[in-house]
Amino acid sequence: MNRLTYKPLDLGRWIVWGGYAVLLIVAPLVFNKGASLSLLSQIGTIMIVCLSYNMLLGQGGMLSFGHAVYTGLGAFIAIHAMNLAAQGTVWLPVTLVPLVGGLAGIFFGIVFGYVTTKKSGTTFAMITLGIVELVFACSLMFPEFFGGEGGISTNRVIGKPVFGISYGPQIQVYYLIAFWLFVSTVAMYAFTQTPLGRIINAVRDNPERAEFVGYDTHKVRYLTLILSAFFAGIAGGLGAINFEIVTAENVSAVRSGAFLLFTFIGGVGFFFGPMLGAIAGIFLTVMLSDYTKAWQLYVGVFFIVIVMYAPGGLASLILLHLRVAKHAMYRRIWPALWRVVAATALALAGAVIAIEMLYHLTLESANGTEMRLFGMQVDTARAPGWMAAALLFAIGAAWFRQARPAFAAAWNRVNADIEDAMRRQA
Amino acid sequence: MTGHAERADMNIAIALKDVRKSFGKSEIIRGCSLDIRKGERMALIGPNGAGKSTLFNLISGRFPVSSGDILLNGESIAGLRPFEINRRGLSRSFQITNIFHRLSVYENLRCAVLWSLGYKYSFWHRLSGLKDVHERAEAVLEQIGMKRRRDVAAGLLTYAEQRALEIGITIAGGADVILLDEPTAGMSRSESDAAVELIRKVTAGKTLVMVEHDMSVVFGLADRIAVLVYGEIAACDAPAAIRANARVQEAYLGGHAPTEA
Repeated sequence: MNRLTYKPLDLGRWIVWGGYAVLLIVAPLVFNKGASLSLLSQIGTIMIVCLSYNMLLGQGGMLSFGHAVYTGLGAFIAIHAMNLAAQGTVWLPVTLVPLVGGLAGIFFGIVFGYVTTKKSGTTFAMITLGIVELVFACSLMFPEFFGGEGGISTNRVIGKPVFGISYGPQIQVYYLIAFWLFVSTVAMYAFTQTPLGRIINAVRDNPERAEFVGYDTHKVRYLTLILSAFFAGIAGGLGAINFEIVTAENVSAVRSGAFLLFTFIGGVGFFFGPMLGAIAGIFLTVMLSDYTKAWQLYVGVFFIVIVMYAPGGLASLILLHLRVAKHAMYRRIWPALWRVVAATALALAGAVIAIEMLYHLTLESANGTEMRLFGMQVDTARAPGWMAAALLFAIGAAWFRQARPAFAAAWNRVNADIEDAMRRQA
Repeated sequence: MTGHAERADMNIAIALKDVRKSFGKSEIIRGCSLDIRKGERMALIGPNGAGKSTLFNLISGRFPVSSGDILLNGESIAGLRPFEINRRGLSRSFQITNIFHRLSVYENLRCAVLWSLGYKYSFWHRLSGLKDVHERAEAVLEQIGMKRRRDVAAGLLTYAEQRALEIGITIAGGADVILLDEPTAGMSRSESDAAVELIRKVTAGKTLVMVEHDMSVVFGLADRIAVLVYGEIAACDAPAAIRANARVQEAYLGGHAPTEA
């Protein structure tokens, strides 16, 4: 269904990159309320991480459970470097701290990557899991470096402001992140257009054949991982500047798993997929957790739905819809589509109400069984709320069952027509 | 044949010196010695299970030999990894299509030429700027007659097209010694004829060793035929002599003159 190539939009390459730069510049001007600047900063950092992770997963077929080793250790080295710089031991402008993180990433990529990339597939995944547990265990054994329970903290304002930039205000940190994000994105995209970037695709598809056209697959994977770890380390350094604290959680398997989740949600088959994944991931984990205690449940369910129904991730969903729109066939699927969407929304509303009530009942009923849900007062100990939830869910689910075949049929027909049209053009 | 062991004959592309291979207790290759001359087209035939594919896997480094030696252009390649052997100028195809299925036809060929043109593991060259790579990949594309399928993902090609691409990948790197493992297996008569023409064209001036079951292909293409029976070379001679060889007829052809297998 999806052709996995990394082609530039030849004609509009400059427009795309220029538009991307403009977007990064104006984003904080548009989203200027309260916490959105901090959110944007986090999204930017995680975008670099997910793009670097996709160098392994999407481009190299390496399912790593230990990418946080490179971001986390990069962050630790970066934060120690900042503290040394603050003491005056070394000269280091904050602007270059991410580079220190990146170099640390390279170093740890060289050390750990040699072992992990010896094998591919399941063996690779297992070894990365072993390494992340190893590093996490080290965080308890070497509290001088990892800071024990409290982690290592720093102050990102070091020395006198240069050109008025002290990195005190969040907006300056945002632009630092945006700068490194832009540079890293360009560099990682460029990587996909190099001999090594193409050969890692070949190694992903068929490692055996790659050996018979002259390539040592271990070395191909190893070099790719080192480069990936470099960008991961840059993101780690940016995270250290942004949060001014790095803890053992930064090198944990849980954090690694989050990177995998986000990247997959975004779509591993497309270069920009992980960027969408970073946005979705930060919204789900940071924003949703402000509204509900059940956010992890929602993240998990969302991930499962993506894996099952849209394995190409958000990127493939968007591209498929754009393709339909481009061929002006949207009105053919629209009648079926809105029914499915409405039915899903109904069922979802019912499920969310039930989940929220359950969470309230089990975790917070000590403070009274009443809660506010979607602007309404609900008593979780009484039937009406539950019945409303069940009713919504039942109607939504039944409607979905009824509407889905029509949508599937319309969708398949339209896509078959589009593929026909494309074949005739070729 | 032992007389050859000490001096490397400049006209020999591949020399097998008492090659043996065992899997567990069963010895599949039982002391094969064979010289393949530079520029000749040699066909390797034999009944199923005779060890033809295993012998290919030993020569190309997919498996290590248990004992004996293999020389490529006079130098031992026993114990080398596949990519090392490939870099010394030997390239092989596979009986079961072995391509990069998610990459386009053009990208498949581009991957196959990168090493031989010296780009190795480069991440500082822009692929689209590499004229020599582009020209070489396009030339092979033209040779295997797949210009029109250039941007199709290899996994979506028809079987015959995938077989042609398989050969394309094998020859793209410009290796002097080409090993083809059943290049026409599973093809219709006309597809197989086209494949033979393709093989003749792309291996002109090179050393070719092929495993093949289709006798019309074998007798049409080969300068010499080696017959492998139960892990041993039963005979190695010109096609006409092989056809007349009593031992071959008995062991392999069941007393009948070779026709179509």
